[in-house]
Amino acid sequence: MANPVVRIEHLHKSYETEAGTFPVLHDVNLVIEPGEFVAIMGPSGSGKSTFMNILGCLDQPTSGRYFLDGADTGNLDSDRLARLRNVTIGFVFQGFNLLPRARLTDNVALPLVYAGMPRNERNARAISLLERIGLAGHVQSFPNQISGGQQQRVAIARALSTRPRLLLADEPTGNLDTHTGAEIMNLFTQLNREEGLTVVLVTHDEDVAACASRLVRFRDGVVEHDGAVAASESGVPA
Amino acid sequence: MILSMLAEAWSAMGANRLRTFLTMLGMVIGVAAVVAMLAVGQGAQKLVNQTIASMGSNLFIVLSGGSASGGLRMGSGSTPTLTLLDADAVAELPGVGAVAPVQPGNSEVIYGASTWTTQVYGTSPNYLQVREWPLAAGEAFTDYDMRSANRVALLGGTVADYLFGEEDPVGKTIRIRNSPYLVVGALARKGQSLDGRDQDDTILVPVTTAQRKLFGSQFVGSVRFMMVQARSGDVMDQVERDITELLRARHRLNVDAENDFTVRNLTAVANAAASTTKVMSLMLGAIASVSLLVGGIGIMNIMLVSVTERTREIGIRMAIGARRRDILLQFLLEAIIISVIGCCVGVALGVGGAFFAERLAQTTVAVTSGSIILAFAVAAAVGIFFGLYPARKAAYLKPIDALRYQ
Repeated sequence: MANPVVRIEHLHKSYETEAGTFPVLHDVNLVIEPGEFVAIMGPSGSGKSTFMNILGCLDQPTSGRYFLDGADTGNLDSDRLARLRNVTIGFVFQGFNLLPRARLTDNVALPLVYAGMPRNERNARAISLLERIGLAGHVQSFPNQISGGQQQRVAIARALSTRPRLLLADEPTGNLDTHTGAEIMNLFTQLNREEGLTVVLVTHDEDVAACASRLVRFRDGVVEHDGAVAASESGVPA
Repeated sequence: MILSMLAEAWSAMGANRLRTFLTMLGMVIGVAAVVAMLAVGQGAQKLVNQTIASMGSNLFIVLSGGSASGGLRMGSGSTPTLTLLDADAVAELPGVGAVAPVQPGNSEVIYGASTWTTQVYGTSPNYLQVREWPLAAGEAFTDYDMRSANRVALLGGTVADYLFGEEDPVGKTIRIRNSPYLVVGALARKGQSLDGRDQDDTILVPVTTAQRKLFGSQFVGSVRFMMVQARSGDVMDQVERDITELLRARHRLNVDAENDFTVRNLTAVANAAASTTKVMSLMLGAIASVSLLVGGIGIMNIMLVSVTERTREIGIRMAIGARRRDILLQFLLEAIIISVIGCCVGVALGVGGAFFAERLAQTTVAVTSGSIILAFAVAAAVGIFFGLYPARKAAYLKPIDALRYQ
């Protein structure tokens, strides 16, 4: 069997402030196999966002080990971590985080610039991704010219541009209305089922979590629950 | 990669046009000031150097007189103590290149209906070599003319203008003190001397002619002064001592007697003038450089603001795979583009300003490629130097901190 996409062993994270040390994550252990669709839930302050940031190599654990696609991320320098964020991981944010001055194609192609792909190739790939998410007509638009749901689709296209093994999404539907959110979730489900992409997403919304195949619940920095999404909960939210 | 980064930097600069323009303006003013000031300074230097070169290089002038006789000190050149034989002897000294004895006088000169009063120098053909003075037309008079005291003359440009106008003077006959002189050659123009005299307002005749037929001489073969050219600048001091020693011996002066001649080093005077203008030119450049520095600090300031403003953008870029060096390069490129474009405009403005100043103030300016290259190098260096700190600050942000920045 192939390496698990994610293997986390005894992960701790705490923040140093003037008032003292605040533990955020405590002894987290987690293995995510290729093709899984994991929803991470938990109340505010439970550490789920911090956990996502560590998964995305945006933040480093205080102690413990994180193997991404077999590589120990604790041993990597900043360039190698950047490469992981570029090629291995696709990250989708709650606030879309598109570059406002760049056209949609350029936004989608930006990770490919850092991957060193020639201009023609990356433009072609960006356009085909935009077509796939149904924004073929907006190739030359700027982010502020399209709706929030469309922006999130562009952000997903950007995350997919380098064909990552792991797609991370931090509350991707948090800024969208229910209907648009459902459309976005359809896209994630489709990517997971049809292409076998490993998806990890953080959400507050039980309906959103119901799209996943596995649910991990955080509370006070520890994993409180880790198991399959109940059959009754499974399915596309209304 | 670099192309798309350039496009990136360009669009970032375009996003805040007024700010980019103002930042650039600091650079433009700095570079323009440096280029213009250097042009003015180097123009002054060029002018002085030309004037110095027109005098001739490594020159001494040996004046007769300067002795005290019976407590009455006579001025230099007032008592005739130097002779053609002295000049011949000085010419034999080791470090001496050429010697030209001079017996000067003033005279009215006539050609046809035109008259002009000018300085007439009786001298030898060596004078042209010593003064580094080429001929514009004709030929110099010869040693044969010297021996025979022929009535031949070389005309300076100003004299030729007044007497002949557009006419070619060579081969014509002019009258000096009612005697006919054949014009054998015309001197090239030299322009003003350091003290403002018109060097072209002169006529050269053989020294023997001047002594015997024109002005006479107080005693046989005496001359008012001679010009001596040393072989190189390094032997000037030695030559000065040798001339003094030789002439004292030839004039049979006692050990305690004062010199009956005066040796002056003309090059030293010229060098002093040259170094003064050089210092002035450096001062101008240094003052202008301060504005370049201020322009650089302006760039740094704006880049720091830009990094702070775009912290979130930096975070997004890092999250999708930008390495530190990508971020560094991005901000550095912006700083360099601003400074280089500012520099281009500044050079154009500086050169234009320099020529405008030339028109306005009637001075000479010299825009050298060196000063433009210097301006570009300094601008690029300023861009890198003042861009590096903000760029590093951006590149070393932690991705998560940059992303969370509101």
